[in-house]
Amino acid sequence: MDNAFAQPQTVVVLGGSSDIARAIVRKLCAERARTVVLAGRDATLLERAGEEARDFGATSTPVILFDALDPSNAGTTIDRCFEAAGGQVDLVIVALGLLGQQSHDESDVAATLAMMNVNFTWPVAALTRVRSHLLDQGRGRILVLSSVASVRVRASAYLYGGAKAGLDRLCQGMADSLRGTGVSLQLVRPGVVRTRMTEGLSPAPFTTGVNEVADVVMKGLADSRAVIWSPPILRYVFAVLRHLPGVLWRMVMDRAN
Amino acid sequence: MNRQQLTGWGRTAPSFATVVRPSSDEEVARWLGEAPVIARGLGRSYGDAAQVAGGVVLDNSGLRGMGPISPDGVVTVGAGLSLDEIITTALPQGWFVPVTPGTRQVSVGGAIAADVHGKNHHRDGSFGDHVLEMHLVTPTGERTVSPTVDPDLFWATLGGMGLTGVVTRVTLRLIRVTSDRVLVDTDRFDTLDEVMAAMVSGDDDYRYSVAWVDCMTRGKSMGRAILTRGEHLDDSSADAPRAPRPARLAVPFSAPPGLLNPLSIRLFNEAWFRKAPRQRRGEIQSLGAFFHPLDGVADWNRLYGPRGFVQYQFAVSDAHADTVVEAISRLSASGVPSFLAVLKRFGPGNSGPLSFPIAGWTLALDLPVGPSRLPGVLDDLDDLVVGAGGRVYLAKDARLRPDRLRAMYPRLDHFLEVARRVDPEGRLVSDLSRRLNLR
Repeated sequence: MDNAFAQPQTVVVLGGSSDIARAIVRKLCAERARTVVLAGRDATLLERAGEEARDFGATSTPVILFDALDPSNAGTTIDRCFEAAGGQVDLVIVALGLLGQQSHDESDVAATLAMMNVNFTWPVAALTRVRSHLLDQGRGRILVLSSVASVRVRASAYLYGGAKAGLDRLCQGMADSLRGTGVSLQLVRPGVVRTRMTEGLSPAPFTTGVNEVADVVMKGLADSRAVIWSPPILRYVFAVLRHLPGVLWRMVMDRAN
Repeated sequence: MNRQQLTGWGRTAPSFATVVRPSSDEEVARWLGEAPVIARGLGRSYGDAAQVAGGVVLDNSGLRGMGPISPDGVVTVGAGLSLDEIITTALPQGWFVPVTPGTRQVSVGGAIAADVHGKNHHRDGSFGDHVLEMHLVTPTGERTVSPTVDPDLFWATLGGMGLTGVVTRVTLRLIRVTSDRVLVDTDRFDTLDEVMAAMVSGDDDYRYSVAWVDCMTRGKSMGRAILTRGEHLDDSSADAPRAPRPARLAVPFSAPPGLLNPLSIRLFNEAWFRKAPRQRRGEIQSLGAFFHPLDGVADWNRLYGPRGFVQYQFAVSDAHADTVVEAISRLSASGVPSFLAVLKRFGPGNSGPLSFPIAGWTLALDLPVGPSRLPGVLDDLDDLVVGAGGRVYLAKDARLRPDRLRAMYPRLDHFLEVARRVDPEGRLVSDLSRRLNLR
């Protein structure tokens, strides 16, 4: 159960080996999280994430394997996660994602489909099921990792940004639809974060580490903020960037790369 | 079927449940076929004790009725009756409730579930100590229990937070009063040590005693306090006692966040402290003003804004009186804002495995949710309290770490055994029992 400070005890993480998710889980476990269901693709990485969670206070870290390339398994995967949690789930973190390699993927239909499945279709199918479970519970929270890349989609990463944009907007609507139900959905829009996913990318402005993101997320969770920007200043940076005329936007983005 | 969002008095951790209002033992029994299910009175416990997400909540206000009061004050009442309703009927006949918490707006069922205490605990014990018998509907049938009939279930139910069954009828003993007034002595102290010394030496001379402590001042005046102690005024010549008036003020909607902040609370505490006399003897107050000052303002919990507040109440033995000092100095040093804290002496506890009082001291603090260091400060206070062999009060709790519970309530396993006997399938569940792994 969440307590008065909205500190969850039972957490399900979709994409449990993601660096950002692991950083959030470490902090949740340092507070009250005891059962952390880690769902993802790579058993070894998930086991390692589980050990880490237990080091920080978790007592149970079941691992659920699934393949996000196939959205048809999303419903059963969520059912298995809720069963493994063994009771009410306080928080579901949707953290799976695939950055891909735009220069290759943009001319490969199969790769494009993979990008959409992992970043959009699978998460949306999963959210449908998560939503039903939480509504049945009468409470619960969903935290979806979006990206600032979804705010205005860039030429150099339009597959990733476009898929995240779809997820982000859909979640905004879902969040509004959940008002007054006891279930809530919060979005996280991190800027560039130093993780395995972004290894080798040239450094961008406002790049942060995973722990900084996790700190911002913890505060956003406690405050029930609808959209959590990390670092928070990006909210204002993107308030400007999203309205720039196209020619200026492209100039800024060219320079940023 | 009425699906409603419920919280405790602190207005934190809301959840949705189906709320029904049974009006007979049979209806209660039928609803216990559903699971998870928990009873709810007037929602005055601060945390998540009287709600169950996704389950069925039995609003006990349909369990009414009050029998005649016997010449020695024994009366049988429906568990959904509030202490206010009992006082309204009984006081004009010269009877008063044996124990009342800081509000009259609690149901008898709730008073039993939390085994509430009042300003007279050092003399008279808790609510349960005045219960002669109660009728309980459990998932495995109905039972009438008393200190001699199934005493294990009787005591487990006192303080058992509703997890041993639904109390539907209660027989208790009222106390005789000859007026609706209280004779009050007030003393103001500049330090915590002075007020605690005065309470240790003088409380036995008074039936009622409580101190308000300022946790916002540091240094020399840390823990300055106002001690009020009283007795029922004996005045058989006066008119028949009259019941206290209902609330005349109300907080109509939730205050904006941050209304209660360190500055506003400091100012309030300062004003509260200054308006108290250094010493006053024999002031005559109404029962309502003395026992239930906050009942004058309906829905005062809304003052804490949309994020609500938590109350932290712990008890420690006399040997660990320094824990009270340490707790107040930590809070005052951390700058976490707290309204005047309530300090009281407890007499010996009773046999209830989850009943809160233990002989010594209890301190209660109201704390608005918001400051990010508050959760950590309270977790550290838990460690302090456990180290001192003390405990926190489940009726107030909304944030205790589950593994601390067993250390605080060493007879927890006995409680769980009794609960399993009457509810082997674990139907009686609350958000609190889930949070604390109580079943």
